[in-house]
Amino acid sequence: MFEFVRGPLVWIAFIVFVGGVLYRLVSTAILAGKEKTVFPTMDLKYGLRSLMHWIVPFANRNTRMRPIFTVVSFAFHICLLATPMFLMGHAVLWKESWGVSWWSLPPATADVMTLVVVFGCVFFVLRRLTSPEVRNVTTWKDYALVLLVVSPFITGYAAHQQWLDARAMLILHIICGALWLVAIPFTRLSHMIWFAFSRAYMGSEFGAVRNARDW
Amino acid sequence: MADKADREVKDAGLDETTKNLSPERIEAVIRQVLDTRASARLKVYLETCVHCGLCSDACHHYLSRDKDPDFAPVAKVKDTIWEMVKRKGKVDGEFIKNAARIAFIECGACRRCSMYCPFGIDIAQLIMLVRRICSLLGVVPQYLQDTTNSHAATMNQMWVQQDEWIDTLMWQEEEASMEVPKARIPLDKEGADCMYSVIAPEPKILAQLIGNMAVIFKAAGEDWTMPSTDGWDNSNMAMYSGDFEVMGRVERLHWERAMQLRVKKIVMGECGHAFRGAVYDGPKWLGWQGTPIPMVHAVEYYYDIIKSGRIKIREKYKEPVTVQDPCNIVRGRGLHHKLRYIMNEMCEDFRDVEPRFEHNFCCGAGGGIINCGPPWKLARMKSTRVKAEQFARTGAHTIVTPCHNCHSGIEDIIKHYKLGMHISFISEILVQTMELPGDKA
Ligand code: SF4
Ligand code: SF4
Repeated sequence: MFEFVRGPLVWIAFIVFVGGVLYRLVSTAILAGKEKTVFPTMDLKYGLRSLMHWIVPFANRNTRMRPIFTVVSFAFHICLLATPMFLMGHAVLWKESWGVSWWSLPPATADVMTLVVVFGCVFFVLRRLTSPEVRNVTTWKDYALVLLVVSPFITGYAAHQQWLDARAMLILHIICGALWLVAIPFTRLSHMIWFAFSRAYMGSEFGAVRNARDW
Repeated sequence: MADKADREVKDAGLDETTKNLSPERIEAVIRQVLDTRASARLKVYLETCVHCGLCSDACHHYLSRDKDPDFAPVAKVKDTIWEMVKRKGKVDGEFIKNAARIAFIECGACRRCSMYCPFGIDIAQLIMLVRRICSLLGVVPQYLQDTTNSHAATMNQMWVQQDEWIDTLMWQEEEASMEVPKARIPLDKEGADCMYSVIAPEPKILAQLIGNMAVIFKAAGEDWTMPSTDGWDNSNMAMYSGDFEVMGRVERLHWERAMQLRVKKIVMGECGHAFRGAVYDGPKWLGWQGTPIPMVHAVEYYYDIIKSGRIKIREKYKEPVTVQDPCNIVRGRGLHHKLRYIMNEMCEDFRDVEPRFEHNFCCGAGGGIINCGPPWKLARMKSTRVKAEQFARTGAHTIVTPCHNCHSGIEDIIKHYKLGMHISFISEILVQTMELPGDKA
């Protein structure tokens, strides 16, 4: 069991993830090409200008208006992406499988970052439950997604801390991680992919066409 | 929760037209629109939206109605296009009626929320898709549909007849020449530098604005002309009712008239949506790369002639004045700095609004909302409380509105919220404050 999840399952997950992302990108690009105005509107300079104002916290009015949310959200997203990439336990795997090695996080830091992700998810769920304007547009799928996102972090943390049966926990962790990867191109998690494009498009429309700022 | 009184408003354009809609027809129309228009963007937008509600605080409807969640931008999408996509077009007449109220009355397509959504999701565009669907189903607020019918039949928004048009111009030429000797309104002057175009409410109810412009042009020494026949109206309510075929006809004729007159540019009066129609939505629909010749909004024009010294301010306006940043020329063209320049040149005591520039609140009238007429006026007023509070904070006596929709909308706001202010177009203050030819300087 462990051998399977550790080997083929992870490979399958990566293949589906990469393949899925490519498929989504290409099929959407073809569709966008049919809409005569999408590509001609895209403008590198203004697209990047807008992106810059939205990947830097407090560089736009909305993030300034809600500082707590901004801090939590940025910390969450950074930890969410950086932890799995730079975790020492993962670094070994990168090296074993692909022969690549890069800088990795000190374990204590990685633990804190994992907890930031978990805390972030709790915060988002509470916000969904308590803010009327968010609750109004929330469906069960939004909660399920949070659960999916947080699951590899909780199980990974538990395995690392040797809680319960560490080996079973590790298997669970890998399965959750695989699901997480596979879900990116096919669920709302794809906002990870689309963010750059939709923001750059709006930035281009505001900047290049309408001579205005969108942040 | 959505306003009960608003839901009970009677409007034959929504009530009667939805009674006889068959489910098959609704489904066919929704599918046709969803499959053929904006499909890539629609898909990406619907999938990317993480239901975070961060767009809410952008919307003046939401803010003015005590943060009623149903008025959050994302909620308006949820209650319209999300459902249509999810149910693959299988919705009933009641649903369409509700969606039409949301799309025509509760969102003015002001695009402020695109500046608050981290993903830049174009809620206004999604709402315009809903309007398109409603329009194809014949479900449009009656007053708004009437303006579209007028466009279709007369090529102007207010059923202005040819003889009325020419009569009005001649009358205003006379008025202008009383201010400034030899001020003229040159009709059909081929090869003039610019064609001046206005929206139909000017000849119909605000004719003095055309006279003002004749005075300003004379003072600036402009070589200008106006068309005597159809194509003079630059307004376009069909753009907002979702009848894009008529929208395209109107814009094409407007540009064709300018090309016939062989002018180098069109200068247009103080209106926002007309700029949007002529420069963006019209050409886009017609498949043009852009506009054939430049379109210069009045704000840009005034800026140019003041800055270059072609007209001079004789005596600044004294009363405290504030200004409205119209969505379609600020978020839509970035003219806010030029607008401030004009205000400061023209007025002694200019008091800026906050938030301002691209972040300014919509007047609540634009996007065709005010054209939905008296049945919806109270709903409109309920959605403009933040706008009223914003103006009240400035302590100004006069609000300058370089847009017709803003002008009428804010006039209503002033009365409804008893602000005790009055409104003015730029041209009205400009003709009072500038040096006129023949002035003994
Ligand atoms: S009215 Fe403006 S801010 Fe509100 S939903 Fe519509 S486009 Fe967005
Ligand atoms: S439109 Fe943007 S801001 Fe609004 S809920 Fe969706 S993702 Fe969030």
